[in-house]
Amino acid sequence: MRKTLIFLLPLLALTGCSSSSTWGWYVINPMTPSGWVNVKFLISGMGDTILISVIAAAISIGLGLIVALPGLAKSRGWRMVNRIYVEFIRSIPLLPMLFWVFFGLPIIFREMGMNVPIDPFWGAIITLALSDSAFTAEIYRAGIQSIAKGQTEAAQTIGLNYLQTMRYVILPQAIRRILPPLANQFIYIVKMSAFASVIGMQELTRRANELVVSEYRPLEIYTLLILEYLVLVLIISAGVRWLERRMGSDERG
Amino acid sequence: MPGTAQPKPETAPVTAIELAGVNKWYGTFHVLKNINLSVRAGEKVVICGPSGSGKSTVVRCINRLEEHQKGIIRVDGIELTNDPQSVAAIRSEVGMVFQQFNLFPHLTVLENLTLGPIKARGISKSEAEAKAMHYLERVHIPDQARKRPSQLSGGQQQRVAIARSLCMEPKVLLFDEPTSALDPEMISEVLDVMAELAQEGMTMVVVTHEMGFARKVADQMVFMDAGEIVEQGPPEEFFGSPRSPRCQKFLSQILQH
Repeated sequence: MRKTLIFLLPLLALTGCSSSSTWGWYVINPMTPSGWVNVKFLISGMGDTILISVIAAAISIGLGLIVALPGLAKSRGWRMVNRIYVEFIRSIPLLPMLFWVFFGLPIIFREMGMNVPIDPFWGAIITLALSDSAFTAEIYRAGIQSIAKGQTEAAQTIGLNYLQTMRYVILPQAIRRILPPLANQFIYIVKMSAFASVIGMQELTRRANELVVSEYRPLEIYTLLILEYLVLVLIISAGVRWLERRMGSDERG
Repeated sequence: MPGTAQPKPETAPVTAIELAGVNKWYGTFHVLKNINLSVRAGEKVVICGPSGSGKSTVVRCINRLEEHQKGIIRVDGIELTNDPQSVAAIRSEVGMVFQQFNLFPHLTVLENLTLGPIKARGISKSEAEAKAMHYLERVHIPDQARKRPSQLSGGQQQRVAIARSLCMEPKVLLFDEPTSALDPEMISEVLDVMAELAQEGMTMVVVTHEMGFARKVADQMVFMDAGEIVEQGPPEEFFGSPRSPRCQKFLSQILQH
């Protein structure tokens, strides 16, 4: 305990200096009425952070599979489609992609004669899903390739076509290897959803930024913000581990 | 019937499988050299030869698990081409049993057997299950229907694999070294089932080193070496007086023990 304190002391001293001359934890003290209002304001962004992440992850899981399948094809042309998509999307940093989707995509739609407004909510979801899909595609590809070739051959000899072979033979087996890394990818999405704050999405990070502007207490408020993400990610991690245990135990059965 | 590429001839052809001048290359490596083989309906052909001789490749070409580059393969009068319909039509006539069984580990034995009939043939679940139980009885393991493949012994798994191909009611059964992955004490239970099938008149092409089985069951023996058919004939002749030195050497090595 003392060791920990000695370790933390310089850190606290340093951070204490940076924001203002004194500690100001009262701004997020839930025991005081004004502190409680602030804490409630910060936590209220949780809903949108979770919603954006869940919808983006769901889209990415579907899109990733669609992108992965041509990557497993025999024809070089199809494999090329997969490679180009994965390499291209994977190389775009999230923030520029977010700007492109939020500010640029509506212009493309307008030029095409469609009136599709992109609000911060969907802008964030599209960006996160696109960016993540390159990674989920690679996870699918590795998972499917790990299933022995004999399984596909056996499925072919009993007359199953490509989609049936995938649906009934390969994916049910591959999913046990795919799900844990896929769930892991979800943590990445949750963290990256913080970028949605810059296009005005009222999620966790945006709320913290706004409160900092009015309260001038960056250390205290961003500390709470980090703790909020920590709790969220710890909960997901526990879920992932539970999933891994369940999947693992089924492996031989 | 959908999926049939060509109209079938009026009378069933006497020739079940025909390979004429079949050649195959892996890159520059010539795996199959001018293979000519004709299998009559009901006939049992055993292919043997040293490893790497191309015997598995021949069998795998017949149902398009491997593609041949030259020559003609016909099954039940249907020519095997790049047309997916001809591939589907031929696969529906040809069953295959693999060295590694290739059962679906996530499904029960019964589900392994009914998957093809239900999804590929579109028959009802109850009908498929009745058929599956019928064939499980034929391979002598009806009591294992609800188990997963991993709970069975190797010999039982291979018998399930045989039953799985029988459920598709093929005209021809291909066996690719069906007993090579088995422990010695389990080989005979699989060979017995195969011999019973042979007796019932199934057309079979078997790649195997089990010469006792071959002697008992085969109508025609084929010896392959380095991608070509070196010797071919009825078992009495084949085992009694092999002509080529390569075949003599192979047989003396394999029959020593």
